[in-house]
Amino acid sequence: MPTLQAMLKQRPYLLADGATGTNLFHMGLTSGDAPEIWNEEHPDRIKALYKMFVDAGADIILTNTFGGNRRRLALHKADGRTHDINARAAKLAREVADAAGRPVVVAGSVGPTGELFQPLGPLDHEEAMAVFVEQIEGLKAGGADVIWIETMSALEEMKAAAAASAKCGMPYTVTASFDTAGRTMMGITPEAFAETISELDPKPLAVGANCGAGASDTLGSILAMTAACSDIVVISKANAGIPRYHEGHIHYSGTPELMASYAGMAIDAGARIIGGCCGTSPEHLAGMRKALDAHTKGARPDHEAIREKIGPFLHKPAPTSGGAMEGRRRRT
Amino acid sequence: MAGGDEIILKDLDDAALVEQMHQDLYDGLKDEVVEGVNILLGRGWTPYKTLTESLVEGMRIVGIDFRDGILFVPEVLLAANAMKAGMAVLRPLLIESGAPRQGKIVIGTVKGDIHDIGKNLVGMMLEGAGFEVVDLGINTDVDKFLAAIAEHKPDIIGMSALLTTTMPYMKVVIDTLKEKGLRDELIVMVGGAPLNEDFAKAVGADAYGRDAAVTVELAKDLLKRKHNQRVGA
Repeated sequence: MPTLQAMLKQRPYLLADGATGTNLFHMGLTSGDAPEIWNEEHPDRIKALYKMFVDAGADIILTNTFGGNRRRLALHKADGRTHDINARAAKLAREVADAAGRPVVVAGSVGPTGELFQPLGPLDHEEAMAVFVEQIEGLKAGGADVIWIETMSALEEMKAAAAASAKCGMPYTVTASFDTAGRTMMGITPEAFAETISELDPKPLAVGANCGAGASDTLGSILAMTAACSDIVVISKANAGIPRYHEGHIHYSGTPELMASYAGMAIDAGARIIGGCCGTSPEHLAGMRKALDAHTKGARPDHEAIREKIGPFLHKPAPTSGGAMEGRRRRT
Repeated sequence: MAGGDEIILKDLDDAALVEQMHQDLYDGLKDEVVEGVNILLGRGWTPYKTLTESLVEGMRIVGIDFRDGILFVPEVLLAANAMKAGMAVLRPLLIESGAPRQGKIVIGTVKGDIHDIGKNLVGMMLEGAGFEVVDLGINTDVDKFLAAIAEHKPDIIGMSALLTTTMPYMKVVIDTLKEKGLRDELIVMVGGAPLNEDFAKAVGADAYGRDAAVTVELAKDLLKRKHNQRVGA
């Protein structure tokens, strides 16, 4: 079985996969339904999606379990099947990965609970850990190689998910979504995120950015992270542009060519695991594979270069210093 | 309190007290905000004047810094909680005194989505701006929206979604409103992290609220225009 650790040692960079939700829409998922239920109801389609990413050249595929924690499955009255749904998703991915004829890592996707931590909300560390442990045990039972904690915004939640991975004896990675003025919704800068999470014990295999506000903004976050922490593997998994509604479907504005340029720039910005998030189809991913294989590492881009090649930033690029509270406009 | 010097709220004159309340709201100091509200009422301020000049204005300042990326969700939630505590004192008095209201809005996170952090923030900020807010919670399907429209007769419907798999549901709701002949009577606003202006237009909404602060300003503006249209018609 390939491990992410081993592959990172052997290769300069790895290609992760593309979008799960947006692609499942094109396979018939209807809005409001839980993608995770399809692990049980349409295992053939889930395998087909995994395989499309493998065929497009992915070295890492993420399980269809982003919303697979008990808090979110409760909405679909499936919280009682949390373990099985996660195990099933990982098993399907394992089958596809093992049949690939080359090493493909199965990364067990773990998304946020959707709830806030105390004092702002009801969650505390123990409770959140229990939620994540249940999901991660399922992913582990199904054969996941690594736990892929993603689209996070609160440090407390990331720490709980990381601790849950450790408790289950699983290596893990953490990516956050920097979608609010260059920080996460909770005000965490890419620098503060990378510094805090890379110091956790046990250490993550990689940290990075996913989803958020388009490829330019994600590259801005990657630059900030790689400047702050030079000794950690960085993941860049950007959305393929921004969502547009067209004839009953969501389409993302980014072309495969744009995502290909983004992939090269992500390498230059210091990322070693590159992928796409929302809107990234297998065609996008195939374009990224080609671009990566043809890429010779260039100079570290600046914001201007990103703007020129990828397009304007949706938010001002992340400020380079300061915690959430430092910029407060205090009136005396 | 900042700086370590104890500020005695009741020793401040009206202007200084209101200024201090804006600061306390900004810092999310619930007890101080409630105390300030009570002091102003005790000095003979009407509930409406107290609401607009202390809480609404204070939250407007919070909203500006949220919009500008100076404050983030945790600080704004604490401020909104402080505002809510002040509102709890004022609400019965406002109803009693027949104070003017901005309008009524029904909000909910759409079907399949449990994300309500942003939606709650919008609700609290709207309430802080003088709107009557009916919050349908998470996982709201079209029937729940229809029932709430029949029951509460709102001016505005607000929908929130955080997932690419749930945002298209907004169109289901809007299309149903059209079928039922309700769409033209209502202002429809949408919001949530993955959304944008074009998406809002494509699904047939009137406006996209980029964040809670922008949403409040848009809601006020759209309501004004709606009233003008009615007067003009």
